[in-house]
Amino acid sequence: MSTTPKIGVLALQGDFDAHRRRLEELGAQVVLVKKPEQLDEIDGLVIPGGESGTFLKLLGPAGFEKLKQFVRLKPTFGTCAGAILLASEVENPPQAGLGALNIRVRRNAYGRQIDSSIREGKLVRDLDGRLNVSPLEMVFIRAPKISHLGEEVEVLATEGNDPVVVRQGSALAATFHPELSDDPRIHQLFLNLIQNGKKQVRP
Amino acid sequence: MSQNNGSNSSSLRLKTGLAEMLKGGVIMDVTNAEQAVIAEKAGAVSVMALERVPAQIRAEGGVARMASPKKIREIMAAVSIPVMAKCRIGHFAEAQILQELGVDYIDESEVLTPADEAHHVDKHAFKTPFVCGARNLGEALRRIAEGAAMIRTKGEAGTGDVVHAVKHIRQIVQEMKILTVLGEEELYAKAKEHQAPYELVKMVAKTGKLPVPNFSAGGIATPADASLVMQLGAEAVFVGSGIFMKDSTNFAEPEEAAKRARAIVLAATHYQDPKVLLEVSEDLQGAMKGLAVSALDEAHMLQTRGW
Repeated sequence: MSTTPKIGVLALQGDFDAHRRRLEELGAQVVLVKKPEQLDEIDGLVIPGGESGTFLKLLGPAGFEKLKQFVRLKPTFGTCAGAILLASEVENPPQAGLGALNIRVRRNAYGRQIDSSIREGKLVRDLDGRLNVSPLEMVFIRAPKISHLGEEVEVLATEGNDPVVVRQGSALAATFHPELSDDPRIHQLFLNLIQNGKKQVRP
Repeated sequence: MSQNNGSNSSSLRLKTGLAEMLKGGVIMDVTNAEQAVIAEKAGAVSVMALERVPAQIRAEGGVARMASPKKIREIMAAVSIPVMAKCRIGHFAEAQILQELGVDYIDESEVLTPADEAHHVDKHAFKTPFVCGARNLGEALRRIAEGAAMIRTKGEAGTGDVVHAVKHIRQIVQEMKILTVLGEEELYAKAKEHQAPYELVKMVAKTGKLPVPNFSAGGIATPADASLVMQLGAEAVFVGSGIFMKDSTNFAEPEEAAKRARAIVLAATHYQDPKVLLEVSEDLQGAMKGLAVSALDEAHMLQTRGW
């Protein structure tokens, strides 16, 4: 793998451009992914915010299967709708998940847009994976909640009592939008995950 | 845990944030729960809940008002995607009702009969985000100054004729390009010319973009139309009468509407890919009959409403 990782951002719909800008600021090479075959060219993938149901329709059954294979093998980071896609189970209403993270996710769990909010939560591990609590701004927009966590899933950040950033292997998910805040730490965490590859120490 | 929705800037971030999530997508006009479900199944990112689509309003005449809350509620209950609804220009009481109802975006729209001949709604006073129409940069910036979190070009709604959607997106994009090459001292005169706040003009001159997402509306009826306005710079599209209407008074068959809806959704994602555009266009039986904008006299234009 070259020193500059090539990161795909799924660009079917949603705030993919905000992710592209953030990743480029952090020195990554970014490709916007619209076709399944583009997954073969990248070292990692970001699934942005947007409408998760729309993503599923635009992927189609073949695109979904290809993506399912991809997330098993390569690092993937999903925010909001992206986190919903990565889950093993989705409710309110039920829909297909890629199963990269053993979590159950509840869509629109805070309510409608009027209930969207910017909150201060806690990042509970630093970029090297050590326990170290620091505050983190979190932009929740018609956001989902993680309603069940599998044992193998590690919680990296919380808001109130809710886990909001979680990781399992090389799959990372945030239920909010770090791409809409100035703080680059969550994206840096993802880039570190790619650089460390499978060497990343599991807790 | 702290919530800081109080300040204006964080409130605007949440409002434009939802518009960011809709980018690259299609927002579809619907008049009942059944159409809303068709739109969601086809991949719409949002639906606009209406009593009548613009083509019907145009054909039937009369005063066009906010849709009945009961109807909007039914549509909200039927889908999990964001639901928008329209209020009349300047009708802040309709907007208050829509906010209370919990719609996700309010469109202060020229398609409805204006309620105020001088003032638009003070959109800063609301927690629910607003989208407003614009034909040129000045109009867009005046709406943003009033608190709009998304701009859509007006086009000419309910016609199925894309010509003014094209005119308005070209106009706004060109006026923004001009600002980027001017010196700072020239921007004062430009602000006066555009009748827009200097600070917003300066912001556009610096970035070459509107400070909020810029979508397109008004006459988009085919996948090719969607691709056209997106290639010209629109970040998402509103499709009104073009999906569910056969002509200005009759609805299309649900199967045909579903096909059109799906085709336009795919066209918005793959707007730069003629191969996909061909594929999705080939499957369609035709678009709504439509009404040529050039045959309309000024008095029948909706786009001139708003100040």
